Amino acid sequence: MRHYDQATFSEDDSPVYERLLSEKFGTEVAVEDTPLPDELTRDTLELPAPAEPELSRHYVRLSQQNYAVETGPYPLGSCTMKYNPPFTEDVAADPSGMVHPDRSAESVQGNLELLYQLQEYLAEIGGMADVTLQPPAGAAGEFTGNRIAAAYHEAHDEGHRSEVVVPDTAHGTNPASAAMAGYDVVEIPSGEDGRVDLEALEAAVGEDTALFMLTNPNTLGLFERDIEEIAEVVHEAGGLVYYDGANLNALLGRARPGDMGYDIMHYNVHKTFATPHGGGGPGAGPVGVVDELTDFLPNPQVDKQGEDFELVEPEQTIGKVHDFKGNWLVLIKAMAYIARLGDSGLCDTSASAVLNANYLAEQIDLEIPFDPFHHEFVASAGDLDASNMAKRMLDFGVHPPTTKWPEIVSQALMTEPTEAESKQSLDQLADAFNGAFNAGDEELSSAPHRTTARRIDQADAARNPRLSWHALDDE
Amino acid sequence: MSFDIPDNLYYTESHEWVDPETGKIGLTDFAQDELGDIVFVEFPGVGDHLETDSELGVVESIKAVSDVYSPVSGAVTDVNETLEGEPELLNEDPYGDGWLVELDLDSTDEVEALLTPDEYETHL
Repeated sequence: MRHYDQATFSEDDSPVYERLLSEKFGTEVAVEDTPLPDELTRDTLELPAPAEPELSRHYVRLSQQNYAVETGPYPLGSCTMKYNPPFTEDVAADPSGMVHPDRSAESVQGNLELLYQLQEYLAEIGGMADVTLQPPAGAAGEFTGNRIAAAYHEAHDEGHRSEVVVPDTAHGTNPASAAMAGYDVVEIPSGEDGRVDLEALEAAVGEDTALFMLTNPNTLGLFERDIEEIAEVVHEAGGLVYYDGANLNALLGRARPGDMGYDIMHYNVHKTFATPHGGGGPGAGPVGVVDELTDFLPNPQVDKQGEDFELVEPEQTIGKVHDFKGNWLVLIKAMAYIARLGDSGLCDTSASAVLNANYLAEQIDLEIPFDPFHHEFVASAGDLDASNMAKRMLDFGVHPPTTKWPEIVSQALMTEPTEAESKQSLDQLADAFNGAFNAGDEELSSAPHRTTARRIDQADAARNPRLSWHALDDE
Repeated sequence: MSFDIPDNLYYTESHEWVDPETGKIGLTDFAQDELGDIVFVEFPGVGDHLETDSELGVVESIKAVSDVYSPVSGAVTDVNETLEGEPELLNEDPYGDGWLVELDLDSTDEVEALLTPDEYETHL
């Protein structure tokens, strides 16, 4: 067994910022007179002033205490924590792309060409007629898709449609985005095989249905075999069908949502095209639509007239969902990834993602109730607590899977190794699964034992949150 | 694993209990075990009138945030404010100190139509 110990530090090594702040050490900056009331202002501002090596050590130390895809395997199911190749950062850092977003279209033809090409590539990959790059995250893409559906129904005098239907295994963002777009959410139970139950769907849709949201393969990694019938049922009721691009990784280059009957989709470029996960920062969640819906896309769209690229406003646009044309620095990384891999590379991606998940599943001792699965699977920890098992897996130098979700599998461990992992990494993951699964109660309930922070009191952290560095004053 | 199911209460399929004597409502032992450590509880206002199946409050655990629905109708006469500072009582004593709200029940018939302890045990 590979030995793993994460960097740990003594109290004396307490982080530099916190120490300097608590000692009020540093430089004092005089604050100019401001129009603000006196009780809201300070005469001087105390700033920490560490020496540069000290500051550098501070950040390197923090990075050593962290766990990342660059540290080891990260099979967090549904999140697709794939490795982000640094060449995409190089492309994004190229100064020639750094233009002010308000520059005239004539003066930034190169940038617009790149965005146009990305729109075209994504449309081709998804089987969609056109794509907007504006939404700043996957969930923002879902919201955009919901607003497009609303505008479409409104334009057809069907504005009364008030419901969005989702399966009980839907990602939490689906009902959240629908609710934010003003819809009531109707949840339908999955069938016994873990897929959409056509009868339940038929019973749920009707004249109030605006949209049905469904990822494919679904949350259990299962391909929705009845997808064409599903789309037909929703379309006959007058609703639209939305593809959550969260699991596009499994189909990339091999099957297209547009060919399955989907009308609207978003692309999680961080999952499918290896841009960094946003983590609340800048992201991108482009949205593709079929022909009937292109008039409703956000403003502006990049279009090509002859040899020129221009910004155009779709006729019945839903308006803006983010500034300018979207988050350029994220989009350019997705473009770089697609261009570097090409057709055959993208096809290899989905093949490896599915192969890796299935190889790993064969190596572990846990039961996997639903199959055949594609790029991810949901194992059951059986009589063990899935959280405890996950904490023990940390001691093997891997990140654990997503735990206790979806609830359709008891003590779920939702696992997605991604296509980037080697056989050696997958074997390391299997060792972690089996080591934790076969561990004794005490070993599990006190885990982790080899990480920087040991067992965290999650309940206390939630009951008594301490959210700023001022919390140090209490210690 | 077996869960505590007191004889003097009525139950729902969604794991609430109702005391026909006091009008108190809470979550069952099974429910608190499924939810895990409770970290936050939100109540209706005292004096509010709750319809059957209307929202009674919100219970948040480290695992999930769940709406709780009132299995019966009645006016809210009291809420268990102790849970605001000590939500762990809901885990430790779900039928006692961990109760959620107290209603002036509109009708006892409505309560008696809920699951008996035996029926609830079968449901589990």
